[in-house]
Amino acid sequence: MTDASVRFYPLACNARNACAARTFRTVGKGLGGSVTDSLALYIHWPFCLAKCPYCDFNSHVRDRIPQARFAAALRTELAWEAARLGPREVGSIFFGGGTPSLMEPAAVAALIADAARLFTLAPDCEITLEANPTSVEAGRLAAFRDAGVNRVSLGVQSLNETDLRLLGRQHSADQAVAALEMARRLFPRLTFDLIYARPGQTLDAWRAELRAALDLAADHLSLYQLTIEPGTGFEALHRSGAIVLPDNETGAALYQATAEEAARHGMAAYEISNYARPGAESRHNLAYWRYTDYAGIGPGAHGRVTRPDTGSDTHPDKRGDTLAATRRHRAPEVWADRVEADGHGTTREDALTPIERGREMLLMGLRLAEGIDEARFAARTGLAMDACVDHDVLGRAIDAGYLLRESGVLRTLPEGALRLDALLGALVV
Amino acid sequence: MTDTPTALIRNFSIIAHIDHGKSTLADRLIQSTGAISARDMTAQVLDSMELEKERGITIKAQTVRLAYKAHDGLTYTLNLMDTPGHVDFAYEVSRSLAACEGSLLVVDASQGVEAQTLANVYQAIEANHEIVPILNKIDLPAAEPERVKQQIEDVIGIDASDAVMISAKTGINIEGVLEALVTRLPPPVGDADAPLTALVVDSWYDQYLGVVILIRVKDGRLKKGQKVRMMAQGSTHVIEQVGVFTPGMVQVDDLGPGEMGYITAAIKTVADVAVGDTITDDRRPATKALPGFKPSIPVVWCGLFPVDADDFEKLRDSLAKLRLNDASFHFEAESSAALGFGYRCGFLGLLHLEIIQERLTREFNLDLIATAPSVVYRVTRTNGVTAELHNPADMPDGSVIDHIDEPWIKATIMVPDDYLGPVLTLCNERRGRQVDLTYVGTRAMAVYRLPLNEVVFDFYDRLKSISRGYASFDYAMDNYEEGDLVRISILVNQDPVDALSFIAHRNAAEARGRSICGKLKDLIPKQLFKIAIQAAIGGRVIARETIGALSKDVTAKCYGGDISRKRKLLDKQKEGKKRMRQFGKVEIPQSAFLAALKMDA
Repeated sequence: MTDASVRFYPLACNARNACAARTFRTVGKGLGGSVTDSLALYIHWPFCLAKCPYCDFNSHVRDRIPQARFAAALRTELAWEAARLGPREVGSIFFGGGTPSLMEPAAVAALIADAARLFTLAPDCEITLEANPTSVEAGRLAAFRDAGVNRVSLGVQSLNETDLRLLGRQHSADQAVAALEMARRLFPRLTFDLIYARPGQTLDAWRAELRAALDLAADHLSLYQLTIEPGTGFEALHRSGAIVLPDNETGAALYQATAEEAARHGMAAYEISNYARPGAESRHNLAYWRYTDYAGIGPGAHGRVTRPDTGSDTHPDKRGDTLAATRRHRAPEVWADRVEADGHGTTREDALTPIERGREMLLMGLRLAEGIDEARFAARTGLAMDACVDHDVLGRAIDAGYLLRESGVLRTLPEGALRLDALLGALVV
Repeated sequence: MTDTPTALIRNFSIIAHIDHGKSTLADRLIQSTGAISARDMTAQVLDSMELEKERGITIKAQTVRLAYKAHDGLTYTLNLMDTPGHVDFAYEVSRSLAACEGSLLVVDASQGVEAQTLANVYQAIEANHEIVPILNKIDLPAAEPERVKQQIEDVIGIDASDAVMISAKTGINIEGVLEALVTRLPPPVGDADAPLTALVVDSWYDQYLGVVILIRVKDGRLKKGQKVRMMAQGSTHVIEQVGVFTPGMVQVDDLGPGEMGYITAAIKTVADVAVGDTITDDRRPATKALPGFKPSIPVVWCGLFPVDADDFEKLRDSLAKLRLNDASFHFEAESSAALGFGYRCGFLGLLHLEIIQERLTREFNLDLIATAPSVVYRVTRTNGVTAELHNPADMPDGSVIDHIDEPWIKATIMVPDDYLGPVLTLCNERRGRQVDLTYVGTRAMAVYRLPLNEVVFDFYDRLKSISRGYASFDYAMDNYEEGDLVRISILVNQDPVDALSFIAHRNAAEARGRSICGKLKDLIPKQLFKIAIQAAIGGRVIARETIGALSKDVTAKCYGGDISRKRKLLDKQKEGKKRMRQFGKVEIPQSAFLAALKMDA
C-alpha cells in the first residue's frame, strides 16, 4: 500500500492540508448557516426516458412528459417558498432529477428568471443542470446555456460500451465523448459522473477507463462506487447472485486507485466521491455538506432552511431562528395536484432540534476533506461538538488516524474516509 | 370405579426409542378402548406440550385409565403410564416405572434395539417389570421381525418368542397388545386397610387447580378432604380433588391400592412436591416411606442472559413460571461484566437445558444468550475445603487449588460397525475409557466412561455427524474423579470476557483456546478498529488472533440534500447495535457469540 493519504487529498497538500482548507474558504461566503448567508436552490425534475437499474432517485418514466404542467407547478412552488423565505441571496441553483435535460429550455429560463426576480442572485451564482449525453439532449445544451445555465453535470457513468448497457444507459461511449466535448465548448464549468466498482471490473481496467475520462475532464468529477440500493433493478439481481460486486478489499483498492489517478490530474477529493481542481468545487453541493441553507423545490425535494423567528412564540426559551427540514410529496402527479391546489407540495416541515442539527451536520460535514469548523458547528446547531459525539470513539478514532482535531476543526483523514459510515455510526450520538 | 379389585388392574408403561412408535401405540390403545372418540383424537394425545409434540419426546409423565373387556369376559382397568423418554429424566423415568408392574417394549421391526431403549428396559427390569416385547411397523417392507426378535434376546436377554407383532400406525393387532397386558402382566399388590402410601410420580402446574400430582396408590386409600403428609418434604396438605385421567380429568371419591390417578391440594408450585416422595395419611402415617426417593440435582449449568438488558425482569418472571412446573430446574441470579444481568441455571442434562432454553424463546418470546454449559466440579483448596463449582468465572486462583474433581458418566453407544472406528476415536479424544465393546449382528455396542465435561462440548452432535445419524447414545451419571483441569480465559482487546471462559483438561486447553480464537476471528465481523483476541491460562497467553479494521465502509453517493434518510440509516445502525454485546470496546453480534459457544476443539 502506498501512502493512504493520497486517496483523500492532493499530494501537494499532504502535510497539513493547509491549501485545501484555504481553497474551501474561497468557495463559500462566510461561515454559512443563517438567513444572512446565501441560499442554495434545488429544483427537481422527476422524469427520465428510462429507469436505470442502479438508481433509487425519485425518477419516473411517462409515455409523454407533461412539460407545461410541471414547469408551471415548479414556478408556483418556487414563488411560494420564496414568499416564506423572504429576501435572500441565492448562491447556486441546481436542476437535478430525474433528467432535467428533458425539460424545455424555456422552462429552465423561466425558473432562473423567477429566482432572479424573487431572490437576489449572487454575481457569481452557480447554475448547474444535470444532463444525459444522448444526442438529443446534447443538441439542447446551447439552449440551456442561453437560458442561463453556466455549469453542466453529465451523467456519463462509464466509457465502456458493455458496462453502459449493464447500467441501463441510453447513450454510447462515443455519444458521451461527443457530449463532453460539446459541453466544454459551451460552458465555463463542467462536471460528469462515473460509476466504478462495477461487477467484474478489474483495477487495471478501471485505471485505464478513468485516465481516458480524466483526459476529457474539465475541473470537476464525481466518481461513485456502485452501491446496491433497495427497490432498484440491481437489488433483485444482486440478491439472486446474478451480479456480484467487488468485495470490500477490492473496493478499497479501487477507491485508492481512483484518488491516485485523480490526483495525478490535479484533482483532489474534496468530498468522499467528488474531485475538483482548487476553486472548482461544486458550490451547490457544498451547501449540503457544509450544512448551510438549501431550499428544495419539486417532487420529493428536501430542504434545510432557516425560518426567521417571527417573535410570536410565547416560550422565551424557544425564541430564535429555527432550522426547518422540508420535504415535498414524492409522487410527481400528486405533488403537482397539491401545488395547483395549495401553491406548494410540502408533506412535512419539521423544526430540527439542536441534537438533530448536530447529528446532521456531523454526518454531512465529515464527508468533506476540510472537515467541520467547531465554532461554525456551535453557531449552526446550538450545541458544542463535544455534546454530539461519543468521546471514547472520538479518542480512539484520533489514535487510529481516522480523524484529526486541531485548530478548532474536526476532519476526516483518508483512513477514516474509507470507513466513514462505520465511523459515523459509532461517533455520532 | 374406585373399588376396582386389584386383580382387575394392570399398570403398565411403554418403553421405546424416539420414533419407534410409542405415542402412536398409546393413541391406538386409547382409541380402541373407546376412552376418546375418533373425532376428538388429535395425533399423540398424551404429548400435550407443543414442544413435546414437535420433538416426539415426552417431558412429563402422564397416565390414561382405559377400560378393556377382555376375552375372558371381565372388564379390566388398564393404567397406561407414559414416561418421559430421555436420559436427562432418568430419575423421573424410574419413578414412573416404579408405579407399574410391567412394560411394553416397543421396538421398530426394521431398526431394532437402540441405546436409549436399552437403558430404559434395564431400568424396567430393575423395577421388576414383566416385559412384553412388541414389534412395531411390521407392515413396512424393511421389517425383519425374526432378526429383531433375535436381537432382543441377545442384547436384552428376555424371551421374545411371544413378541406381539403390530402396526400402531395402521392399527394391526392392537387387540393382541391389550390381551397380552391382561394375560401376561401381574396385577398390583396392595392392602386397602394398611396405612396410606402413595408414590408421587410427577406433578405439574395447572392455572386453575394449582399443582396436579400424579400418584400411584400402594396401600390404603386416598380420599377427598383427607389430610395427607409428604414424607420426605414433611409438608401437609388437605386433598381437594381425587381423580383419574380418561384421558380427560374425571373426579372420583377415592383411590385404592394399585390405582393410578391424581390429587390436587391447593399447592402453588411443583417445587413443593418432590417426585418420588411418599404421600401418607397425616393422622395414621405409614412408618416407612416407599423406597427410591432422591432429590433432583442439576448436573449441567449455564448462564442465560437477555439479549436486550430491558428483558431481565421478563426473564426472571419467565424462569419462575417455568419452575412452577419443573422443579428439577434451578436458577440463581448472575451478573457478568460482558453480558450484564442474567441467571445461572441448572439442568438435569443437555436435553433438559435445550428444552428450557427453547421454551423461554418460544413461549415467553425472549431473546437469550446462553453461555457454554458447565458441569459441576468439586474444587478442593489447599486449606482442605471442598466446594462445588458450576461457573468457570468463579474458579479460584490456581495457587489456592489443591485439586479438582470432575463428574464422569457411563455412556452406552450403539452404532453400525461401519462407523465404529470414528466413534471410538471420538470417545478416546474425549478422554473416554472403554468399559465394554460387544457386537450384536452388525451393530456394535460400546460402553465408555467419559468425563461429562467432554460430553457437554457438542459430543452428541459430533457423534451424530461421524455416524451419519446412525449412532444412538445414552448415559448415566457415574462418579467423580480428579482431573488436571484449567480455566481458559478469552480476552478481547486485553479485556477478559467472563462469559466466554471455560474449564478444560490441560492437554486440550491449547487446542480449545486456538479453536475458539480462530472461531471468533471468523465470527466477529471486521469493525472500525482492529481487535485482538487471546486465550490465556492465568497470565499465560496460549492462543492469539487479530481481526483487522474493516477495509471500507462508506456510502459513495450522498445526494439531493436528503439528510433525513442518512439520519435514519444512522438510527438503524444504532438499533442494530442493541443486538450486539460490548466486549470491552468491541461489539460482538449475538449470532457470533452463540456460534462461538457451540465450539468443538
